[in-house]
Amino acid sequence: MFKGIMGLLAGAAALAGPVMAEAQPGAQQIRAAVLRVDSPGLPPISRLDLPPEDLGFAGARLATQDNDTTGRFMGQDFETVEITATPETAAAEMDKILEGGTQFVVVLADDATTLALADQVGERAMLLNARARGDALRGADCRANTIHVAPSHAMLADALAQFLMWKNWPEWLLVKGSHPEDENLAAAWRRAAAKFGATIVEERVFADTGGARATDSGHVQVQAQMPVFTQRAPDYDILVAADESDIFAPYLPYLTWDPRPVAGSAGLVPRSWHPAMEAWGGMQYQNRFEKLANRPIREEDYQAWLALRIVGEAATRTQSADPAELREFILSDQFDVAGFKGQKLTVRDWDHQVRQPILLTTGVLTTSVSPQDQYLHQTSALDTLGIDRPETECSF
Amino acid sequence: MKPLLVLAPALVLLAQPALANRVFVSNEKGNDVTVLDSETLEVIGTYPVGNRPRGITIAPDGSELYVCASNDNLVRVFDPETMEELHTLPSGPDPELFVLHPSGNPLYVANEDDNLVTVVDVKTKQVLAEIPVGVEPEGMGVSPDGKIVINTSETTNMAHFIDTETFEIVANVLVDSRPRFAEYNHDGTKLYVSAEIGGTVSVIDPATQEITKKITFEVPGVLPEAIQPVGVRVTNDGSKVFVALGPSNRVAVIDGETDEVKDYLLVGQRVWQMAFTPDEKYLFTTNGNSNDVSVIDVAAEEVVKSVPVGQQPWGVVVAPN
Repeated sequence: MFKGIMGLLAGAAALAGPVMAEAQPGAQQIRAAVLRVDSPGLPPISRLDLPPEDLGFAGARLATQDNDTTGRFMGQDFETVEITATPETAAAEMDKILEGGTQFVVVLADDATTLALADQVGERAMLLNARARGDALRGADCRANTIHVAPSHAMLADALAQFLMWKNWPEWLLVKGSHPEDENLAAAWRRAAAKFGATIVEERVFADTGGARATDSGHVQVQAQMPVFTQRAPDYDILVAADESDIFAPYLPYLTWDPRPVAGSAGLVPRSWHPAMEAWGGMQYQNRFEKLANRPIREEDYQAWLALRIVGEAATRTQSADPAELREFILSDQFDVAGFKGQKLTVRDWDHQVRQPILLTTGVLTTSVSPQDQYLHQTSALDTLGIDRPETECSF
Repeated sequence: MKPLLVLAPALVLLAQPALANRVFVSNEKGNDVTVLDSETLEVIGTYPVGNRPRGITIAPDGSELYVCASNDNLVRVFDPETMEELHTLPSGPDPELFVLHPSGNPLYVANEDDNLVTVVDVKTKQVLAEIPVGVEPEGMGVSPDGKIVINTSETTNMAHFIDTETFEIVANVLVDSRPRFAEYNHDGTKLYVSAEIGGTVSVIDPATQEITKKITFEVPGVLPEAIQPVGVRVTNDGSKVFVALGPSNRVAVIDGETDEVKDYLLVGQRVWQMAFTPDEKYLFTTNGNSNDVSVIDVAAEEVVKSVPVGQQPWGVVVAPN
C-alpha cells in the first residue's frame, strides 16, 4: 500500500535546478506518513461528492512539494509515505509506520479509529488529525500526542451560528439523522444556539429506514417526502440539518414545507476549505493543487496539506529535523503557520486544536467567513469558535 | 468646491514647470487599466489590458508600460500615451509582480504558480533565465545599483537575493509569514520586506543580509489579524516609508531613520500597492475591496482624495514624465 514514493520522486524531479545540488548531500531528513482509513459505506447522495482515489493524499503531496522547495534553501529534505487501510488493518499499518521510525503521522479516519490510533501510538509519534471532527476527541477523550488540524463540530457550528445571528435568523428548526454521529453533530448545534442566543424551535429526527435514499435523483419520491416531513413546524427562520451520515440533508433545500433556507449539513455549509475560495492567496493555492491533482480540492486535502505544512514550518523555523524538537516547537506559543485564511493559524494549548477561520459555503461560492467581526474575544477572535479554555473538558 | 483645493497646490507647482503625469492602475477583476491625471486627479480613461492584470510598471524613460496579465501567462506592453498594445513579452506562467532593472532592461518577473523568477529582455523579448526560488514567489525588488534583485516567496517565507550578473541566488533571509513585497531605500542601505500574515516589516541590512529590525503595527480599534502589510514605498531621501496594511484599511507612515511608526492614514478597503508621483507630492494607493484609489499628500501625510477606478484595483505606477 506504500504508494507515496511516486509523488515524492515527481516532486523532487520538478525541483531539479542549480540549487538542488547544494541541498542534497547531508540534508536533514524529515519523514512523515499519511494514513487514510477508509470505512466501507454507501456512496454519497450526489455523484459530485464521490471521493477521489487520492483524497487527502493529493493535499499531502502538495505540502511535501512545498516543504521540499523551502527545504532546498534550508538543507532539508521531506519524505512522505501514503498508506490506505480499513478500520481492521489500521493498527497493523500504524505499527509498520512506527517501526520505520516515522514520528509524524497524518491520520484521516473517523473519530473512533483516530482515538484508537492515538492510544496505540502513545509517545512514539505525533498524530495530526486531518479528518475527525468529534468534540469528544478534543474534550474528554483528548490525547496529548494529537494535533487536531480538522476543525471540530463545535467550531463549525459556532461559525455558522455567528453568521445566522448576524443575519438575524435566530429561530432554528433542527433536523437530525438517526445515527449516533448525527446526535453528536446535533449536540454541537444545540450548544451553538445556546452560546449565541438562538432558539431551536423544534427538533425532528429523520429516521434512516434504509429505504429510497439514493434510488431516485430526488424528483421521484423525495420531492414528495421532504415537504411532508417538514410541515407543521413552529415558525422558524432557517432549517439547520445535522446529517453526518449523508442520508437526507442534500434533499432539503427547496423542498421544505415552508419557504425557508437550509444550513448545516446542506445549503449553507461550514467548511475548513472550499475549491472556490480566492481570497488571501487562495487562487494560487487552488491553481497549484489543481495542476497537481487534476481535480478541485476537498477539505481532506486542505487538512492533510495543512498538517504537513505544520511539520514543515516547524522544521524551517527551528532549522532542525529532530522530531522531539519539532513537536516541542509546534506546541509552543512561538508557533504559527499560514494557511490561505488571511491570518496566522496557531494551536490551542488546552486541547491541541488548530485555530482557524471557517468558511461558510454554498455549492459554488464562499458566502462568508467566520468569526464574524461583531464577536470579540479577549485573546483571539478565533477562540469565539469552538471550545474555549474555560469550558474545555480536556486534560492531558 | 473640493477640486479647487486640489488645484491650488498644483498651480503653485506650475512655477517650476510641473507636468501632469499619467497614473496607471491595474484592475485585477476588471481586466483593464484606469488612467488618472496626477494633477486634476480625474480619470482620463479605462483601457482593456488582458486577463487578470496585477503587476504594473513603466520604463524609466516613460516609453513603455508593462502589465502582468496573470491569466494570459504573459506581459503585455502598451504605449503609455495611447494605451495601444505594442507587443507582448514572455513571462513564464502566472506572472504576478515584476521589477525593471534601473537601466530599464531586463524585467524580473515572479511566476507565482511555478516557483520561478523569469528574467526577460524587454528589447529582444527573449527569456534570459529562469531562477528556481521558494513556493509562491511574489514580491520583487531591485537594489539601486542594479546588482541584486530580491524575490520574496510567500509560502517559503524568504527573501531571496539574486545576483543580476549570474542569475544565482546568493543569500536567503527567512522572514515572517507570507512576505509580499521588497523595497530598497534609495542609497541601498536598507531593504524593507513586508510579511502579510506575520504582520511585520523586516528591515534588512543588504550588506550582511541580517534583519536589523522588525517593524510591528498596532491600530486602535482594529483587530491585529486585519493588519496585513503588503506594499512598501520609500521616499527618495529615505526619510519616510509608507506601508500599505491591507484589510486594516490603513497606510502606516514610518520614519525612515528610526524605522518607528509615526502615523496611520485611513484609506480605502484592502489597500494593496502604492506609487509616488515623480516629485513625491502624492502617493497613490490601490484599494482592492472599495474599488478606488486613495491620494495621499506626502508632505502633509494626509489623504486628500479618493478616486473610483475599476474592479479590484491591484497595482499602480506613475509615468516619470
